[in-house]
Amino acid sequence: MDLFLQQTLDGLATGAIYASLALAVVMIYQAIDHFNFAQGEMAMFSTFVAWQLIAWGMPFWFAFLICLVLSFIGGMLIERIVFAPIHDAPVLSHIVVFIALTLIFNALAGFIWDFTIKEFPSPFPAKLPFETNLIGPHELGVVVITLFMLGLIYVFFRFTSVGLAMRAAAANPISAALVGISVKKMLALGWGLAALVGAVAGMMIAPKVYLEPNMMLGILLYGFAGAVVGGLTSPGGAVIGGFLMGVLENLAGTYVIGSELKLTFALVVIVAVLLFKPAGLFGRVVVQRV
Amino acid sequence: MALLEVNNLSAFYGPIQALKGISFSLEEGSVTTILGANGAGKTTTLRSLCGMVRTEGSVAYLGDEISGKPTEQIVSAGVAHVPEGRGTFTRVTTEENLLLGSYTRRDKQAMKEDLETVYTYFPRLKERRDQQAGTLSGGEQQMLAVGRALMLRPKLMLLDEPSFGLAPLIVEELFGILKRINEQQKVSMLLVEQNATLALNLADHAYLLETGNVVISGTSDEIAADETVRRSYLGY
Repeated sequence: MDLFLQQTLDGLATGAIYASLALAVVMIYQAIDHFNFAQGEMAMFSTFVAWQLIAWGMPFWFAFLICLVLSFIGGMLIERIVFAPIHDAPVLSHIVVFIALTLIFNALAGFIWDFTIKEFPSPFPAKLPFETNLIGPHELGVVVITLFMLGLIYVFFRFTSVGLAMRAAAANPISAALVGISVKKMLALGWGLAALVGAVAGMMIAPKVYLEPNMMLGILLYGFAGAVVGGLTSPGGAVIGGFLMGVLENLAGTYVIGSELKLTFALVVIVAVLLFKPAGLFGRVVVQRV
Repeated sequence: MALLEVNNLSAFYGPIQALKGISFSLEEGSVTTILGANGAGKTTTLRSLCGMVRTEGSVAYLGDEISGKPTEQIVSAGVAHVPEGRGTFTRVTTEENLLLGSYTRRDKQAMKEDLETVYTYFPRLKERRDQQAGTLSGGEQQMLAVGRALMLRPKLMLLDEPSFGLAPLIVEELFGILKRINEQQKVSMLLVEQNATLALNLADHAYLLETGNVVISGTSDEIAADETVRRSYLGY
């Protein structure tokens, strides 16, 4: 029973990371109808920036905040410079650019910081103030920070007028422009937020998987799986899907398939969901007239 | 000074020219209608005024040149466009739709009052304020579109086929409300309608568009009495 609880709680901690990435992917998907493959590499790059700031002697949380600001600006710049010009281009052009961004960030990180594995510090105390063997201090910290961030994002989208405008611009850009919303600004803002959410995920997972340019590959796959499970049209669903993936991955790894096949599990889930429930658990079925 | 002064306006969809240099003007407080058959360029005219298509020529709004400006700037200057097909934000609530209409404004107190004003014009919207807007009926969504436009506190309202797809009783109700809005809120209107009788009843001025050109213009009474208009558009 202890093992089961441990694995579940540990799964929630990695699930929090997957949930963040799934949310970032879905936010961009809602706005531009495409899947951002580069989300993981963007997060990895942000994490390297934070590592550099810490290496220069900044305290963790200060570096964390600066990294979030830089990631937000970086995300907006990527949208303005790379994606705004191809806004009306066909899907293949977008895919090519996503792949290009993935490779560029990966190579750039390797070029600047080289490909050797680096240790990324955990900001959380080494010992919990209470006695438990169910969850580690880092894992608990990850869950708390991630839930806090997800809560803030929920409040932003649900209760602020800019959040409402962003939802409106994503769902119906023409009507949004007609009520005076600058759709361009909202798109840039969406990319900035997605990059920021990704950066949090990167900095939270890095102490566990160690920092190196390829660290997000597997993690992004789980993020995608979470997004697909929850439904690409539902940000809340994507978050739940992410947590679900974390827990399922751990339980399947412990009791069923062993840790070597864990990554395969994510792919199996993606394929299964797309086959049997393409809209995901919480997604809306979109009927298109042709 | 006219509220809107359009001079030699052309509009293009890619290589296709949809408006061939039309000129017209709209007095403050008036309701002007643009009549014409399918494909004459009525919707394009409204879209041109809002910067949603590529145009040439001049559009002066309150004396300022607005052609070539981005849509959101024209809107925040007080031009509210009620688009063809209503443009409902289907996944948010009725009230959020209305709030989006006042997105460019900062005067919170006045916005609250205007929300109440919209609800007095359209009590049905108040009943459905927390309902997802996509679940409203066609008539309710059209009222929502007008309400959303009102939330801008506009000087000029551009109405694109507001009667489209609605039951005759609803149309009558809607046009009654539009008339009251025009009189009470001093909102000038530019109305595009297929239903010429309806449009001429509400409007004081009218223009007839044919394949991208203004062919006849005058007061509604003159236009209604015109032999060709009567035969082609009013059907008697």
